[in-house]
Amino acid sequence: MARRIGKIPPTAAFGIAVVTTYSVAVLFAPVIAPYGQTEVVGAPFLPWSGEHPFGTDNLGRDMLTRLIYGARNSVALALVTTLLAFLIGTAAGFVGSILKGWTDMAIGRSVDVLMAIPALIFALLLLTITGPSLVATVLVVALIEGTRVYRLTRAVAGNLVVMEFVEAAQLRGESLWWIIRRELLPNATAPLAAELGLRFCFVFLFISALSFLGLGVRPPLAEWGSMVRENATLITYGDITPLLPAAAIAILTISVNFIVDWFLHMTSGLEE
Amino acid sequence: MTDKNLLEIRGLKIEGRRDGKVTEIIRGVDITLGEGEVLGLIGESGAGKSTLGLASMGYTRAGCVISEGDIRFRGENLRNLDAAAQRRLRGRRIAYVAQSAAAAFNPAHRLGAQVTEVPVLRSLMTQPQADREAISLFEEVQLPSPVAFGLRYPHQVSGGQLQRAMTAMAMICKPNLIIFDEPTTALDVTTQIEVLTAIKKIVRDHGTAAIYITHDLAVVAQIADRIKVLRYGEEVEEAETARMMAAPRENYTRSLWSVRSFRKQAHTDAQGQPLATIENVIAHYGELKVLDDVSVELHRGRTLAVVGESGSGKTTLARALCGLLPSTSGQVTLSGTSLAPSFRGRRRDQLKSIQMIYQMADTALNARQTVGEIIARPAELFLGKTKPQSFDRARELLDLIGMEPGTFLHRYPGELSGGQKQRVSIARALAAKPELIVCDEVTSALDQIVAEGILKLLDQIQTELGTAFMYITHDLDTVRAIADDVAVMHRGKLVRYGPKEKVLTPPFDPYTELLLSSVPEMRCGWLDDVIESRGQTATA
Repeated sequence: MARRIGKIPPTAAFGIAVVTTYSVAVLFAPVIAPYGQTEVVGAPFLPWSGEHPFGTDNLGRDMLTRLIYGARNSVALALVTTLLAFLIGTAAGFVGSILKGWTDMAIGRSVDVLMAIPALIFALLLLTITGPSLVATVLVVALIEGTRVYRLTRAVAGNLVVMEFVEAAQLRGESLWWIIRRELLPNATAPLAAELGLRFCFVFLFISALSFLGLGVRPPLAEWGSMVRENATLITYGDITPLLPAAAIAILTISVNFIVDWFLHMTSGLEE
Repeated sequence: MTDKNLLEIRGLKIEGRRDGKVTEIIRGVDITLGEGEVLGLIGESGAGKSTLGLASMGYTRAGCVISEGDIRFRGENLRNLDAAAQRRLRGRRIAYVAQSAAAAFNPAHRLGAQVTEVPVLRSLMTQPQADREAISLFEEVQLPSPVAFGLRYPHQVSGGQLQRAMTAMAMICKPNLIIFDEPTTALDVTTQIEVLTAIKKIVRDHGTAAIYITHDLAVVAQIADRIKVLRYGEEVEEAETARMMAAPRENYTRSLWSVRSFRKQAHTDAQGQPLATIENVIAHYGELKVLDDVSVELHRGRTLAVVGESGSGKTTLARALCGLLPSTSGQVTLSGTSLAPSFRGRRRDQLKSIQMIYQMADTALNARQTVGEIIARPAELFLGKTKPQSFDRARELLDLIGMEPGTFLHRYPGELSGGQKQRVSIARALAAKPELIVCDEVTSALDQIVAEGILKLLDQIQTELGTAFMYITHDLDTVRAIADDVAVMHRGKLVRYGPKEKVLTPPFDPYTELLLSSVPEMRCGWLDDVIESRGQTATA
């Protein structure tokens, strides 16, 4: 293992560097950022200067500060949502595959119904019912993305539960939780970890999209998706500032994918 | 001299390279094979039989390298040929028949298309020519309805038919040499005899030379002109089949010959209350009836062998006993109490009493748990031991099964040999202190010397602990070795049941007769005798 980590490919090294930088921004945002995230520090749409490296936004707030806080709001939110989606998806997948029969059928077909509706439209529909709160957004996105996680888990677990060691555990009268934790999960780590990386990107983009539409993170909190929307007019004047939060999103998703690729490569045992 | 010999291998050495370590797999072996000659290669697993067989085509598996020696096929050194020239020989002049036909055929294509692929691809025949040739070959290997056979998909035919179709595929280019790599190992005795007959006939009729790789002596004695015994990648001895069978020179060969002689001491007679009974059990897979009114008894300290070909319902019987397949009617009792049909309805002490050992230790052991964790868990669960206590029990059990606890306790199953894995499965079953152990073909995937070790271990366990065994197998030699009682099953029904001496003594019912006469005997000419006697019954 140590020998393998010794030769990290450049793409993965890049990914790790970016994710580390973002993590620092997430953890230490109040220390690094020059101003407060909702603090109005000058006139709207100030150009880039020494005082405001990326200028100010439509309300006169410091752009750099909001980018840093944006990492905290966007990334942390996406992470929580992804973990929640995994909790829902893997639990449903494992339980269904072990219990089989009606339970499996009920879970599987409900997921089919959820997946049949286009994700964004479904999310908008649900958020119209619940009202656009932060908690509601997290739950709705976790539910929708959880169905994708369920599909993968169910497929992987389907191959595992027919193995005789699982049968042996069932014959011993082991509990459902024990079978999931000790027999299935250790054998499903590789595909699930890879999925975790990918799913994180999708969740991130989904929340940004919702925020862009005004349904995710509420103003005045900084969020990259809504920052693009709020400052979009600047593009017409040839200013690239609104593209910065968009670039922040793009770089993060690419980096996470680099790391996932590397991880997949390692666990699949393929040589270069 | 070289012109007369079809295949000449001189001083062949093959190295396996993995993680920077070099291991010698073949350490200087010579093979001389004339036109139309059949050479049997025999040895335990890991002896290098398959590697040598593949090397005869100038091929090595990934990670293996031919480091020294010559492989001359019709005078031409295969090692000097480039990849394209080697490819021209393979499939045309040299063909290969793999052990598992089911894994070797592509399930998405029809058999005819796969059999005729090579000659058409190499422009040796047009598709209609190849189809005609395939049909005549299907006829030669005695496949049913040869004309329609090629239109079927692999899953639509039986394992024995698939293996014969593969032999036809190997023959289609009329090669000079065929390499058979354990072609009947995965088959039942009754099916094996069909395949052996087909192989023997086709090789003789076409005058094809062959290398027949197997670990079953009785099989190789029927097919081969000469036998070469391999061990650790080196030749032990080589001789004409008749002489080899009659008077093997080396000790190792003699030990191979004597493996089949293991017989356990007779245990206590069946007396008093049976430990467990299966009474008039009927079970279904969906609509299909797989067990039809089966009743057997299991006694403490005795072994009931359940024997039959695949699909006879012998594994299903074990699953009904364990509650994995709830029976539709009839009942299973343990120490006089009736058990719930499904294991989910059984009490923990009832689950504890019946433990199971599977055929494939690879899938029966969780690859992500250590040997210690695997064995300790049932002790912790059933005997209410604390974690350290259960690991102590695991150590005791490792001692019992002849594996050094210090070395093996923290290893993962992937780091063990096949025989060791099966021993760990046995230890896991024993950890619960069961009264009855169900063994499902536990030695079928192992070669004879390792299998004998497992049988001896089971016997020792029975003597020491008085455990009852239900032993499922298709191998009648194993039945003779370890059974006290025998149940013969056919198509979900019990056709013969009783103490071993009674079941295996004539007069037989027709099915038991067929089963017993299909077991290869350790003498030359056995196959010819059987074919002849069956031919007579068929014509009479």
